[in-house]
Amino acid sequence: MIEIKDLHKSYKMGSNSLHVLKGINFTAEAGELVAIMGSSGSGKSTLLNILGILDGADSGEYTLDGVPIEDLTETKAAQYRNKFLGFVFQSFNLINYKSALENVALPLYYQKVGRKERQEKALNYLDKVGLKEWASHLPSELSGGQKQRVAIARAMAAEPKVLLADEPTGALDSTTSYEVMALIQKINDEGNTILVVTHEEDIAHMCKRIVHLKDGVIVEDKKVKQVRAEQYV
Amino acid sequence: MFDIERWQEIFDTIRKNKLRTFLTGLSVASGIFILVILLGFGQGMQNGIEQEFKQDASTSVWAWPGVTSKEFKGLNPGRRIQFVNENFNTVSSMYNDVIEYESARIFVRDVTVNYGKEALVYSVQGVASDFQFIENTGMIDGRFINYQDEIALGKVAIIGKKIRTDVFNEVETPIGEFVDISGIPFKIIGVFKEQREREEERIYIPITTAQRVFNGGNRVNNLSYTLPPVQNFDEAVAQAVNFKNSLQTYLQQAHTVAPDDTGAMEVWSAMEEAKRYYGLTGNIKIFFWFVGICTIVAGVVGVSNIMLIVVRERTREIGIRKALGAKPWSIVGMILHEAIFVTAISGFGGLIFSMALLELVGPNIEVDYVVNPSVSFNVAFATVIVLILAGTLAGFVPAWRAARVQVIESLRDE
Repeated sequence: MIEIKDLHKSYKMGSNSLHVLKGINFTAEAGELVAIMGSSGSGKSTLLNILGILDGADSGEYTLDGVPIEDLTETKAAQYRNKFLGFVFQSFNLINYKSALENVALPLYYQKVGRKERQEKALNYLDKVGLKEWASHLPSELSGGQKQRVAIARAMAAEPKVLLADEPTGALDSTTSYEVMALIQKINDEGNTILVVTHEEDIAHMCKRIVHLKDGVIVEDKKVKQVRAEQYV
Repeated sequence: MFDIERWQEIFDTIRKNKLRTFLTGLSVASGIFILVILLGFGQGMQNGIEQEFKQDASTSVWAWPGVTSKEFKGLNPGRRIQFVNENFNTVSSMYNDVIEYESARIFVRDVTVNYGKEALVYSVQGVASDFQFIENTGMIDGRFINYQDEIALGKVAIIGKKIRTDVFNEVETPIGEFVDISGIPFKIIGVFKEQREREEERIYIPITTAQRVFNGGNRVNNLSYTLPPVQNFDEAVAQAVNFKNSLQTYLQQAHTVAPDDTGAMEVWSAMEEAKRYYGLTGNIKIFFWFVGICTIVAGVVGVSNIMLIVVRERTREIGIRKALGAKPWSIVGMILHEAIFVTAISGFGGLIFSMALLELVGPNIEVDYVVNPSVSFNVAFATVIVLILAGTLAGFVPAWRAARVQVIESLRDE
């Protein structure tokens, strides 16, 4: 599903440049649930941004579902993001003047799905994350956990090939974090490929595979026995 | 543009950002409002001045005698000039080809006017049949003096509307009634109206009758002419000035007056005077346009400013939308679409409101030199379009820049 070879990325910080990713090789098969771990500055978020086509790499190869991702125009990148990828952010990134339902329906708007079908689908996904009753509420009327569930519903609504979650539990307390992880596990059980960036050990162990990043290189890549989140909820 | 989904998206955004939308709209609407009102008053002033000139035929030229103030060819200053029939007849034959209407006029003095037992204090003037067209006199009853009356020394009189209201309020029509002028009965054959009430307090009788019956001899008090209308204003002015100068030269020679003696006689051309006023209104209009355009520029700056703020405020939202698969053009389109929609609605709102105000209040304004302020719809419409285009252009740059920014950077924006 995801295949990257010798990926490099550096940022210009004034006169000197910061080499963040120093040759990453990584593959993920369909249906995997991978945790990308590392301390801050290890390059894990940068890696996720490149995987999410939110940022470009300096060199290296990236193939997503058999499609080489290189030299994309903004328009093409937007198309790929819309078709292949779903995002969950630490800070939720919901549009604050739109209701939960409208937020979930937004990626479908960019897929040119008709209004009615959009609303139906969005409601369906809200139901899946258990927020059907909250459909007409604004993000400001929802709790952190609810917001993240709306964000997950939004990411799933586009039916992406890969779900990318950047510290999805970073802004949540542990109980809510486990709720969110339980949801992510459920989605993974349905066969979706998910990459989770986190620095929390317990969250990482709820995935099936942990990739450790340190100073821009992968230092460890191991399969783990998944801890089911439901038991903590 | 006619994508229904896009419209729904725009309406959603507008509905949820009422204050922002309202403020944008207000600045646009008030800009248009001020411009339209200003232009309206510019037009109103022009109308007012035009009306001031409507009381006489616009191509009229008048000559009035005065008193010489300069010694000339052995004649002392202080000599009173008196025009006579001969002057009139000479001008008439000399400039036969350029004159449209002509009339000498005599003020009949030292006469008493009676209607029945009532003594009237109105001026009596002897004029020719053409005088109606020179003075732009409107007949509201009966007819004016005609050529037949002049030849036959007809004892007929035309009275002003004011006289009819004041004196003939008990009869159904003054036509056919007789007024006594120094004992001689004159039959009223017409009633006229004028722009100014003061000019309706006159009784016109044929000039021939006035000279013969009231001992006028061959004297006339003033000469008046009109020239045929010319389409082009400048040509009309040139024609009027030309004729005025010739007339003046002739009268000065005929009465042995120094060419630079301004007191001896006055020759006046409505056209020339009008040109001076038109020049003035032209300048006023230019000034109003200038102020109006400044207002519009301020409006455009306001709209651009708001666009900048809107884009700035929505940077994060733009990032989110892009992460969800929005293409750059769809972002630019969305922002501009909303901006155009809001500017257009409020621009036309301001236009309709100000035009309605001018329509309702305009005709009731009765101030000297301001008559019926109004504005050409096309001009106002064009202004709104310009404002929309300028606002769009101003909004495009920040929108385009925002759409180009890397998604992660927009998302980092707080």
